[in-house]
Amino acid sequence: MEKRVVFRGRWLPVALIAPQIAIILVFFYWPAIQALVQSVFIQDAFGGRMEFVGLENFEVLFADELYLNSFRITAIFSVAVAAIGLVTSLALAYFADRAIRGALAFRTMLIIPYAVAPAIVGVLWMFLFNPTLGIVAHWLRGFGIDWNHVLDGDQAMILVIIAAVWKQISYNFIFFLAGLQSIPKSLIEAAALDGAGAWRTFRSVIFPLLSPTTFFLLVINVVYAFFDTFAIIDAATEGGPAKATEILVYKVFYDGFKALDIGSSAAQSVVLMAIVLVLTFVQFRFIERRVQY
Amino acid sequence: MLDRDPVMKVVTYLVLCAGVAIIALPVWVTFVASTQTLEQVLAAPMSLVPGDRFLANYAEVLASGAGNSGAPVARMLGNSLLMAMVIAVGKIVISLLSAFALIYFRFPLKKLAFWMVFVTLMLPVEVRIMPTYEVMSTLGLIDTYTGLTLPLIASATATFLFRQFFMTVPDEMAEAAKIDGAGPMRFFFHILVPLSRTNIAALFVILFVYGWNQYLWPLLVTTQESMYPVVIGIKRMISGGDAATEWQLVMATAMLAMLPPVAVVVLMQKWFVKGLVDPDK
Repeated sequence: MEKRVVFRGRWLPVALIAPQIAIILVFFYWPAIQALVQSVFIQDAFGGRMEFVGLENFEVLFADELYLNSFRITAIFSVAVAAIGLVTSLALAYFADRAIRGALAFRTMLIIPYAVAPAIVGVLWMFLFNPTLGIVAHWLRGFGIDWNHVLDGDQAMILVIIAAVWKQISYNFIFFLAGLQSIPKSLIEAAALDGAGAWRTFRSVIFPLLSPTTFFLLVINVVYAFFDTFAIIDAATEGGPAKATEILVYKVFYDGFKALDIGSSAAQSVVLMAIVLVLTFVQFRFIERRVQY
Repeated sequence: MLDRDPVMKVVTYLVLCAGVAIIALPVWVTFVASTQTLEQVLAAPMSLVPGDRFLANYAEVLASGAGNSGAPVARMLGNSLLMAMVIAVGKIVISLLSAFALIYFRFPLKKLAFWMVFVTLMLPVEVRIMPTYEVMSTLGLIDTYTGLTLPLIASATATFLFRQFFMTVPDEMAEAAKIDGAGPMRFFFHILVPLSRTNIAALFVILFVYGWNQYLWPLLVTTQESMYPVVIGIKRMISGGDAATEWQLVMATAMLAMLPPVAVVVLMQKWFVKGLVDPDK
């Protein structure tokens, strides 16, 4: 699309857009194409000879029990993060919208996790739940729960889900609050006049009006759980114990940089790209004009 | 609101207080741990009242770091600040220029340029991490500030925000500028950029936080402690295992790492929220 009024000039616009094109060519297209190429080659670990193998990397990948397990872990993790995160933030936004006193203070507190680095979030929660010195682990022991996420895979999963939800609450909260504030007050008053209680009003009036926001956030939360939680997991559990928290992005990193299996890592990248493309398509198809960070 | 139900009122404040408590708990425990001695932190359960080592612990990490990661945290904070600023300012400048070109000019291969930029919206750096690293090492950019920042500038979210904003600028503005004999760059600097300042402020907050909080990319592209941003430094401090970790210093570093992005978001709350939810973006 362009303006009715445009400026003349042949080289000026090219010069203006050149920095962006140069950067994306070198740092985006070159590596992205290389990922595609590498996914159909086998390379030895010392960066030496390459051998064309077609789709063999993908065949090996989908026959690999560990990879399929990583898919299962990613699914559990992202469903839990999205579901718990959305419900919690919706509740907080609903009550923050009702609060008269101290509304700004509550809001300010609730947006803080957005600004905290995922890796720091991982460190914070890992410290709270540390089996020997963590204060929450100590409280849990008081309730008769023997907390040790360093040994127990399920507990490690719970830990990274809590940390990931804590980090994402702010983002969801801001969108839900904006959504709630755009609902005309007259609708809610009308429901009250009809004798609907708070829960009934929420269920039949407010929630349906929030459903576009909820859907948008659902996609964003899934993308977040897939890609932006790498640092949380690396800082809190390093994918362990025994790969219990090794989500797909973590496995790409681990296989590529620790195990030096470059072909497999590249094939995994390509699978992830396909997943992002589908999610992005869904997002653009159903929610136009929202750009995601 | 019209709701006068006292029960609802109590529930409202109970839920909000519970929410704030959950948000605040890890931050408070971190702060408390950062003011205690190592023995106090290790005495499970640690006290939830701050100790008296506040100045001593912070001075120690700033000047000489902690444990097996010897770099001073002051240096790491400097790296983080530089990284966040270069990413935020770089992305805003490059995006303003290219959005201007895309909206206000006709030029050969414009469609191609548009699509090339558009596609970058879809793939986060996490996905092409391995080959991006190889490109960096081919270009000799490992352990350089260029390598730390440029790949993170290479996506086009900001370009699209500015593009959408420019579309809402009335045509009469450019027309008037042309009639007055102003060239395109004059129009850009004197009209378009000032009009965009709220969008620029909003984007700055979001990009500053994005840059400051980067983890995976700097983890790969930095190998020397003197190049670590603070978010990486902190992870290296705890990698020696429980016994070797000086938790009070790690927690002081965590507080220092949180402070700048939290301050930017809290102080610029209005623009930050606008940047995230404004439908006009």
